[in-house]
Amino acid sequence: MKFSAFRFFFLSLLTLVAGFAHAGEAWDRVMKTGELRYGTDPAGGAPYLFQDKHNPDRMIGFEVDLMEAIGKRLGVTAKPVAIDWDQLVPALMRGDFDIALNGLEVTDERKGMISFSHPYYIFSQQITVRQDDARVKKFEDLRGRRVGTMAATLAKDMLEEHGQIKIVTYPGPIEIYGDLELGRIDAAFLDTPMAAFYAGPKPSLKNVGEPVGEGLYAAGLRKDSPILRDKLNAALKKLYSLGELKKIYDKWDLWTQNQEKLSGFFNDSAQTGAAEVSILKFIPLLLQGASVTIAISVLAMALAVGAGFALCVAKLYGNKFLRFLSHAAVEIIRGTPLLLQLYVIYYGLPTLGIKLNAFVAAVLGIGLNYAACESEIYRAGILSVPKGQDEAARSIGMSARQSLFHIILPQAFRVILPPSTNDFIALFKDTSLVSVITVVELTKVYNQAALSSLHFLELGFITAALYFAMSYPLAIWSRRLEANRQHAIIY
Amino acid sequence: MPSFIEVRDLGKKFNSTWIIKNLNLSFDEGEIAIIQGSSGIGKSTFLRCLCYLTPFEKGRVRVGSIEIEAGMNERKHHQTILALRQQLGFVFQSFNLFGHLTVLQNITIGPIKVWGVTPHKAEREAKALLRRVGLKNKAEEHPRSLSGGQQQRVAIARALALRPKGILFDEPTSNLDPAMKQEIVEVIEDFANDGLTMLIVTHEPAFLRRVATRLIEFGSQCSVVSENALPKLLLPASPPADNQNPDALAALTVSSPN
Ligand SMILES: Nc1ncnc2c1ncn2[C@@H]1O[C@H](COP(=O)(O)OP(=O)(O)O)[C@@H](O)[C@H]1O
Ligand SMILES: [Mg+2]
Repeated sequence: MKFSAFRFFFLSLLTLVAGFAHAGEAWDRVMKTGELRYGTDPAGGAPYLFQDKHNPDRMIGFEVDLMEAIGKRLGVTAKPVAIDWDQLVPALMRGDFDIALNGLEVTDERKGMISFSHPYYIFSQQITVRQDDARVKKFEDLRGRRVGTMAATLAKDMLEEHGQIKIVTYPGPIEIYGDLELGRIDAAFLDTPMAAFYAGPKPSLKNVGEPVGEGLYAAGLRKDSPILRDKLNAALKKLYSLGELKKIYDKWDLWTQNQEKLSGFFNDSAQTGAAEVSILKFIPLLLQGASVTIAISVLAMALAVGAGFALCVAKLYGNKFLRFLSHAAVEIIRGTPLLLQLYVIYYGLPTLGIKLNAFVAAVLGIGLNYAACESEIYRAGILSVPKGQDEAARSIGMSARQSLFHIILPQAFRVILPPSTNDFIALFKDTSLVSVITVVELTKVYNQAALSSLHFLELGFITAALYFAMSYPLAIWSRRLEANRQHAIIY
Repeated sequence: MPSFIEVRDLGKKFNSTWIIKNLNLSFDEGEIAIIQGSSGIGKSTFLRCLCYLTPFEKGRVRVGSIEIEAGMNERKHHQTILALRQQLGFVFQSFNLFGHLTVLQNITIGPIKVWGVTPHKAEREAKALLRRVGLKNKAEEHPRSLSGGQQQRVAIARALALRPKGILFDEPTSNLDPAMKQEIVEVIEDFANDGLTMLIVTHEPAFLRRVATRLIEFGSQCSVVSENALPKLLLPASPPADNQNPDALAALTVSSPN
């Protein structure tokens, strides 16, 4: 019961914040400005909406044509607003645009938060495999295989329902079909328009089996804008009955027999009830994500310590060549963003024939990135030990290596440990970046859970609490070490 | 009788300036030589050259039967240099005790890690040395809890743990107050009676007048500007202010400390 009080508090807070961001009927705003703003994601968005490669300033796609037709009917200009696809619904609710229209599927979960116009397209899911793969012929054959799809899609829900399919989620279709060609996944399962546009032309891939499932694309609207919804519905109905809709779909090779069923929707504007999703069901998932985060952190830190030490020794004791190599490596790693490094390691290295799985790529990327920081910490620590210590060690016969391990490092350790611990805390938080290379760690679990339930705030609070619970003990330990160092001055 | 330490045409430069040039010197076994010279002239550098703590560009150094040449690579000639450092202990101006180790471990780490002596044997010998320098009950302490004089006595014990035939002192008393200086002098006198060869760089030769057998003054580029043989007084280590050999004393006081 405590929990529902907590939920109530955050839901009211959410409503309050949302209330400030957008108030009232969107149609009023559209009329006043003469502009119908629709949220859409141009990245990897063909054939829906994407950059015209002959004229990069222009967006093209069947949804662009559709919105222009609707705009003409309503006497306003349709204007696309770019946003990450994942963020379509949250941004709509925030008031960033009037409608969300970008292959947005009608689901019960979404109906809890927003309202939908009549559907404008009936889609199915298409299985795609490599040309030489004869194992998969129908949906049931996906059992036990790694299948790529996008977050918060109906396709993902279908795969999850099956229960025995290993799902790998990506930000967009381009990466999915790319990884399919590389063999990192066994199949792709995406909406028919994407499969037709991306996989169709690739000779190394083939679409197999009949399209499965059936879903509806519709424009998403805030619930406080029924007038705009009615206007949209009227425009869509008109476009359909005049055959303009079919003309647009024909142009993009998207018309199917199925689309004739659309007419059935145009008389029914009833909103079915919203499905409430309990956030409790996400907690085991979040804990699982946290364990992946810990695994990546610990392994990456081990790599950072080892590689950092090697870099530091090369820089301090190596010959000219090693010194240069170490210096260059450290500067390059420190001078470029971790996110870029992860992309290059995971999506770039396969070009050179080095194909790492996502977990290994994550550990390697983060580990090497932090190795550069660690090596500088170690170097400073070693240099903080007075030169006389090394001289004394050598005067009693120690080699440079013995002096380093028996005399210098034990004394440098005190100087090294506090900043190194701080680095580990930073590394721990940076693991959230690896979701871009399909690793499902805590932040990714949060992201998926929040997108499907739309409980961004409450789940965010729980996720933050998990991160905090893991990093705070380390922070305390680090502070204690720092305090110890203050009164234990190096001899 | 061949000398114990022989320096031939020694040349050492930092960057492009010669700190030591064409230095020829030799020391007999059991000699207690005091080396003086103004600050920055190269005395510490000279001692470092003798046990190859710093490489040199010209000449050679022989200690007993071990020969070191200009330009030797420390890694390649590790065995030779190791043997050299076993023959010559080094005591630093700033003690340089290992801060993370106890007093006892400071003394045993060399024999154990470098020479493979068993910990048991190394500790027994270290304790005997500590008794001799009067620090028997400080074995388990850490250096930072010791006074300067006590630290320098530990450093002497550490330098002697490898049973060297000679020992190099680089201004062993200049960081100490007078009472502590006296502690060190007494320890040096004690070991001088064992027949150790000692080269002591100091600005205060008068403190060591009872054991010194030779007084050398370095000029620029470590050229020897004056040299005096001193009769060894070998007094029992008791109250200083004594006037048994006015000549030697005169010799000591003439060479003004810098
Ligand atoms: N590592 C070094 N690099 C460059 N110059 C040095 C180095 N060590 C000593 N010197 C120079 O060599 C000269 C002699 O130094 P040092 O042997 O310490 O003199 P002393 O012990 O007689 O006071 C000084 O001028 C000093 O600046
Ligand atoms: Mg000096």
